[in-house]
Amino acid sequence: MPFESLSAETLGNIYVGLLGLAVLLYGILDGYDLGIGVLLPPRDEKCRDAMIASIGPYWDANETWLVLAVGLLLFAFPEAHSQFLQTLYIPATLMLLGLILRGVSFDFRAKVVQGHKRRWDFAFKYGSLLTTLAQGYMLGIFVTGLRTDLWAQGFALLAAFGVTAAYAFIGACWLILKGEGKLQEKAYKWARRGLVMLAAGIIAVSLANLTLHDDVRDLWLSAPWGIMLMAIPLTCFALLLMCGVLLKKLPEANGKGEWLPFFIALMVFVLSFAAFGISYYPYVIPGKLTIMDALSDAGSLRFLLVGTVVVVPCILAYTFMVYRIFAGKAEKLSYY
Amino acid sequence: MDVLVLSRLQFALNISFHILFPTITMALAWFLFYFKLRSDFSGHPVWMRIYRFWVRVFALTFALGVVSGVTMSFQFGTNWPGFMEKVGNVAGPLLGYEVLTAFFLEATFLGIMLFGSRKVPNWLHTLSTFIVAFGTTTSAFWILSLNSWMHTPQGYEIINGVVYAKDWSEIIFNPSFPYRFAHMMLASGLTASFVLAGLSAYRMLMGDEKIAPRLTLKTGLYTAAILIPLQIFAGDMHGLNTLKHQPQKVAAMEGVWETERGAPLLLFALPDEEARDNRFEIGIPNGASFILTHQTDGEIKGLNEFPDEHPPVAPVFYGFRVMVGMGLLMLAVSWAGSVYLWRRGALPRWLQYTTIGMTFSGWVATLAGWYVTEIGRQPYIVSGVLRTEDAVTALPAGNVAFSLTLYVVFYGILLVAYIATLGLMCRRSVAIEEITDKERSDIKDPALGAAKA
Repeated sequence: MPFESLSAETLGNIYVGLLGLAVLLYGILDGYDLGIGVLLPPRDEKCRDAMIASIGPYWDANETWLVLAVGLLLFAFPEAHSQFLQTLYIPATLMLLGLILRGVSFDFRAKVVQGHKRRWDFAFKYGSLLTTLAQGYMLGIFVTGLRTDLWAQGFALLAAFGVTAAYAFIGACWLILKGEGKLQEKAYKWARRGLVMLAAGIIAVSLANLTLHDDVRDLWLSAPWGIMLMAIPLTCFALLLMCGVLLKKLPEANGKGEWLPFFIALMVFVLSFAAFGISYYPYVIPGKLTIMDALSDAGSLRFLLVGTVVVVPCILAYTFMVYRIFAGKAEKLSYY
Repeated sequence: MDVLVLSRLQFALNISFHILFPTITMALAWFLFYFKLRSDFSGHPVWMRIYRFWVRVFALTFALGVVSGVTMSFQFGTNWPGFMEKVGNVAGPLLGYEVLTAFFLEATFLGIMLFGSRKVPNWLHTLSTFIVAFGTTTSAFWILSLNSWMHTPQGYEIINGVVYAKDWSEIIFNPSFPYRFAHMMLASGLTASFVLAGLSAYRMLMGDEKIAPRLTLKTGLYTAAILIPLQIFAGDMHGLNTLKHQPQKVAAMEGVWETERGAPLLLFALPDEEARDNRFEIGIPNGASFILTHQTDGEIKGLNEFPDEHPPVAPVFYGFRVMVGMGLLMLAVSWAGSVYLWRRGALPRWLQYTTIGMTFSGWVATLAGWYVTEIGRQPYIVSGVLRTEDAVTALPAGNVAFSLTLYVVFYGILLVAYIATLGLMCRRSVAIEEITDKERSDIKDPALGAAKA
């Protein structure tokens, strides 16, 4: 068997890295399309058509990163997976129902009679919203170390709001990149609002985070590591500030730099995720279960790693290819 | 009801709803590849029309398969934590390979297949269609490998109560896998063939006189006529394999309580688990022995040889008869239809209605077959290794009752919406998809050019 020389510790780190990659890519990719779902305006059908057209070729593959993430958690860290989903049974169910509504609405809306189309759009919007809220809530409870007390619930609600704002923001930035005319104007407006909510959300979640685990607080408030780590939130806020300025200036720039807000949103996601990862490593469930506690059999992990090192680069390559093929402004969806 | 019953109901509901859609898309993807190739080689626009209609059916079906599949992937963690604790070292990598080698492939190239034909060169569009078809089959390969391993586990060892993988090729190619894989792929082919034929017959009934539905009616019925004997053969082989590895399942399928030589083939009976006997038996003497052992006085092990280790008899017994009955009906309809299409080029009215009625016959047979094999494995979730009751969650039953209720409501609505939407798409296709004069003059084959496409 290849990778025989890798120790269990190394394997654990590799798999937690893969898991992180899958979660991060899921957050960014399904984040923007769920965000667009949340933003769908109830009274403007043309706008909804254009918004949904901008995610048409991608959403399916975007959602697959969630399956990979939950799969990796399942077989690399079965104990963590089972604790996580047992505690969060109801929110996980609601998230799945939201994803079902969102996913099927996408196809039904294009194929049913006019009167029903609105209903499916409604299902699309509220399915997306249910998903983002549930995901944020689950993230919140997860960060507390699967606590269920009142303070943890409050934190989770804050996270639900924060994640929804983050998705709506990156969704609006995607629309700036892919949309034109009236839709793009709206997208600028949404992005400006989303930016404020996101910034507020990041501050609130970060501060609340310091109260949850002593070692996390000690890490961030220690010298010299804490000071060096402060570069992450500082960069993050510098980027958000820059984005705020850009969102005011770009509408007059004749289409130049339309990719910048999305790029900044992407960087903010990466930085926030990095801060999250640094805070909780080496735990797979914060404060409760470490990588090594939860790691499954090394032999099975090696067997899967063989495929992973071959296949994951291919997945990234053809995902990149599809984004290249459909680059440029979104066109009306047609099966041609 | 306790959490075990509720969790089993929920899993059964989820997987039954899920399997409806991949059963169509696995084979429909290959049909689409065939349509695309016909289009590429003949240059006749009708094949592209056919492709476009069916790619829409594919997109809708695929989306339902994806969302119900995502739900499936969470079920292990939410309801069956004991499954991963015990056999995760085997199940995990197989599921992982499915996600990595199949899901991403399908989902990514689906975008090009659906929306990319004007954005990419034609060869890449054809290739994308092929890749999606290949991806769906790969997905079936991994998941059926895992499922088969749960029926006929091998290549593992148990240390401290946990299963560890010893030999991956023994695990992947476990004894029942080749049979189950062939049986399921053929089931998918038949299901898609009847959807193809049924919806085409419906289009024609609604007054669609173009050649597209006539061609797909032919494609569907001819394919079904070829596949159904193959399926009967594959099913028979699978049955023999089951007899070797899971005799208690076969005993339940045949309703054999006491071990006997020359067991009859029961056409009908009411199995009575309390009396441990059948009532109202109608059977062909020595039939079961002949089919299963290919000898009229062959010995069939009875259920009483497996006290507390055999599945509930009635669902397995009835499920098996529903599956076989549906298979025979498919044989009759596809062969009669093929003869009419071959000789007269059209179906008589009654057969056209029957074909429409048979549109989703594949679903009935597939579900019945899966119930036979899955209930037939009970009381185990992994044969001889893990009992179902030991794998279930310790959550309060109320939580599962809540989620189950929501799934029932959602899936009910979605199934109705799915079938209604397919009907609407057919009715709409009557008015559209006309071929232009320009296209007509470009057609090389005059016989096809004269007809409406």
